[in-house]
Amino acid sequence: MIDLLSKFDPLIEERETLLATGVKDPFSLVMEEVLSPTVAICNGQETILLGTYNYMGMTFDDDVRQAGLKALEEFGSGTTGSRVLNGTYSLHRDCEEALKEFYDMDHAMVFSTGYQANLGIISTLAGKGDYVILDIDSHASIYDGCAMGNAEIVAFRHNDVEALEKRLKRLPADAGKLVVLEGVYSMLGDVAPLKEMVRICKENGAMVLVDEAHSMGFIGENGRGVCEEQGVIDDVDFIIGTFSKSVGTVGGFCVSNHPKAEILRLVCRPYVFTASLPPSVMATASTSIRKLMHSGNKRAHLWENSKKLHQGLRDLGFTLGTAEAESAIIAVIMPDLEKGAMMWQALLAEGLYVNLARPPATPANMTLLRCSLCAEHTSEQVDQILGMFEAAGKAVGAI
Amino acid sequence: MANREEIMAKVSELIGPFNNKGVVLTAETTFQGDLEWDSLTVMDFVAAVEDEFDIIITMNMQAEIESVGQLADAVAKLMEN
Repeated sequence: MIDLLSKFDPLIEERETLLATGVKDPFSLVMEEVLSPTVAICNGQETILLGTYNYMGMTFDDDVRQAGLKALEEFGSGTTGSRVLNGTYSLHRDCEEALKEFYDMDHAMVFSTGYQANLGIISTLAGKGDYVILDIDSHASIYDGCAMGNAEIVAFRHNDVEALEKRLKRLPADAGKLVVLEGVYSMLGDVAPLKEMVRICKENGAMVLVDEAHSMGFIGENGRGVCEEQGVIDDVDFIIGTFSKSVGTVGGFCVSNHPKAEILRLVCRPYVFTASLPPSVMATASTSIRKLMHSGNKRAHLWENSKKLHQGLRDLGFTLGTAEAESAIIAVIMPDLEKGAMMWQALLAEGLYVNLARPPATPANMTLLRCSLCAEHTSEQVDQILGMFEAAGKAVGAI
Repeated sequence: MANREEIMAKVSELIGPFNNKGVVLTAETTFQGDLEWDSLTVMDFVAAVEDEFDIIITMNMQAEIESVGQLADAVAKLMEN
């Protein structure tokens, strides 16, 4: 018998080598208690959370929690069914209404996760003979959506407008084309030049899908994302998003003004062949989405936090993923995995949780300490965070 | 139109800047095994080849191309179309 797991031996060995140096396993942290969107108890110690994507801090919002409790009481714990069979409750429809209001768009479709939204929409839209053109640094869910479909896949250099244009011009004029972009790229927290890219897509007869997972609720006047901020939301054919970041629960969605968008409900396999989200999740999501429409002050505070942390980390001498804060993600670039893991552990000992990100999830084989800020972090907490980075950085020789 | 020899010569020239180990190139030289390229290097190299010959090598095609000779064949075929 061939052991099918032996293909993972190099990874097992790398993990064992890393753990032998005495660092804790960065990928098996347990939060014993969660006190607020910004504080949890980890290893018995109070820990500031700086790696949760909980950008708008909606997880503990009173209205959101009340809506969830009420739905749990009235509709039970789960739907036990597909959206196209017994899994659409009035709450699922209401959540789609909330999304249509939020984005001011005609159609909204709720998936069980953001991952499934990309998987389903990309694999369904682009069929045999069509082309998907994507940024090389796209999220795994976008690549998996490509792998699941039958289209030809063309990658272009990250955020390179000219590289995108060249490739579009070389493709057959009569072929179907879907360009997949992200508003904010989650590893380095950098923003895409959507204004130029969307224009080029339209000039070359391509449809455009933008994943706004990391910008919804925060970027743009109404929190609709980078498309809104750069004034191209009306030219984008599909926006994909998630409830597991700013919205503060779980789920994914696609919104569109395309007149035929509703047919996707019947032909999109990751939408059809899975159970729909529980009623309590739908109620928390709708409540949160409607509150996010009127959260201008929180958006302003999150920008202040992001800019303050970015400036502070630069002043301490850390190397960051972007020259200025472009989003609520601040990525600290570490020289290698071992140093990154040491720094991660030193920060945790100080009482700070960040994400350790490593290849192959990261671009250019980088090891990153990825920080994501929350609108509920106080200015004092950001000061504390900077103090922890200074102490940990000096302890492990990172600065 | 370029013949296969000319394509091979041009491809070898484009490999140059990415051939950090100074591997001697033949049609059988593989990108992953012999040149030990990571995905980022592959992308930069593919972009250089695409720009040189004004073609698109889709990721579906790239998955089938392992050696320098296979790449030259693929480029020749793409230029015919």
